[in-house]
Amino acid sequence: MTQTRYTRTAVALHWLSALLIFCGFSLGLFMTGLEFSPAKFRYYAWHKWLGITVFIVAALRLAWRAGHPAPIPLATTPAWQVRASHLSHALLYGLMLAIPLSGWVYSSATGVSVVYLGLVPLPDLIPKDRENAKVLLLVHQTLNFTLAIVVVTHVVAALKRHFIDRDTVLARMLPVLRTRPGS
Amino acid sequence: MRLFRPFIPSLAMMLLASSGAGAQGILIDKSEIRFLSRQMGANVEGRFRKWKANVDFRPKDLAHSRAEFTIDLSSIDLASEESETEIKRPRWFDTGKFPVATFQSTTMRDLGGDRYEIAGTLTLKGTSRDETIPVEVKKDAAGNSVATGEFTIKRLEFKIGDGQWADPTVVADEVVVRVRMVLPRAA
Repeated sequence: MTQTRYTRTAVALHWLSALLIFCGFSLGLFMTGLEFSPAKFRYYAWHKWLGITVFIVAALRLAWRAGHPAPIPLATTPAWQVRASHLSHALLYGLMLAIPLSGWVYSSATGVSVVYLGLVPLPDLIPKDRENAKVLLLVHQTLNFTLAIVVVTHVVAALKRHFIDRDTVLARMLPVLRTRPGS
Repeated sequence: MRLFRPFIPSLAMMLLASSGAGAQGILIDKSEIRFLSRQMGANVEGRFRKWKANVDFRPKDLAHSRAEFTIDLSSIDLASEESETEIKRPRWFDTGKFPVATFQSTTMRDLGGDRYEIAGTLTLKGTSRDETIPVEVKKDAAGNSVATGEFTIKRLEFKIGDGQWADPTVVADEVVVRVRMVLPRAA
């Protein structure tokens, strides 16, 4: 039984990640175009706090996963889809760790330290350097657009399994929908 | 540093004119004026790229010592080009009207050891305030005197960043100014 769905903790952390990433990503797109204002300063700070939280949650999820393996793929899943899902999950974890780090390094390069939640000062990873900052911003953006593509693939694949293949792949990651009636 | 080229001859003249004991200029390339502000709880460091100094520091004759600084406010080095553009606007430095900040020493006191206290007037955006800067003077390996000082100003007292920017939880009122001056070894 335990192998057929994700643990409650894994499900909760998955949806927390989804929410944090959605907020952080949208805020990132929105804030950069704003005119210089105190609100913009606040949004940048919140964006950084969201990112660091994404990193922490991803690290917690990996630690949890080490002790509570993910359910094995359904027997009906074609081998290429198993490989593709492993690849996309690895990419998602990698990006959830790499993107906040790239933002943190970028922040250091701009000369603005990150103070998590306004309380915990994080060390500057590299010295202030405007040329490096430009490159790092591009890295941060590219990683984010890569993440957006992987997330869309992830969501489309889950919906396809649920609505077209009508299997339990999505249900085992949902907090409420345990099994589909009749399946 | 191009701005200083015209200044170097006058500095040399000053040195020549005041060839009395201990008279000094400063090594501008080794010296710096930096500051630290806090944005959303995070330290943000900046500096001024262009400034001029007229320093004549005589530890044994503080009454005839002086320290004068003229800082080109548009030469500010901040986190981004966007903030550098913004800080020149009327809400912040208003560099169109107030291109420079000045500090003019009034008295210097020997606090014992390597410590001194320089009192003077800081003029920024049309507001003048008396500031007292504790300074420590040490010799470096080359025999130059390195004076370091730090003092805190309140930006709102100078109406820097008013209106919507007055909220100190976004940009703190306190700005720490750090000065490091390298005075050449007296010939």
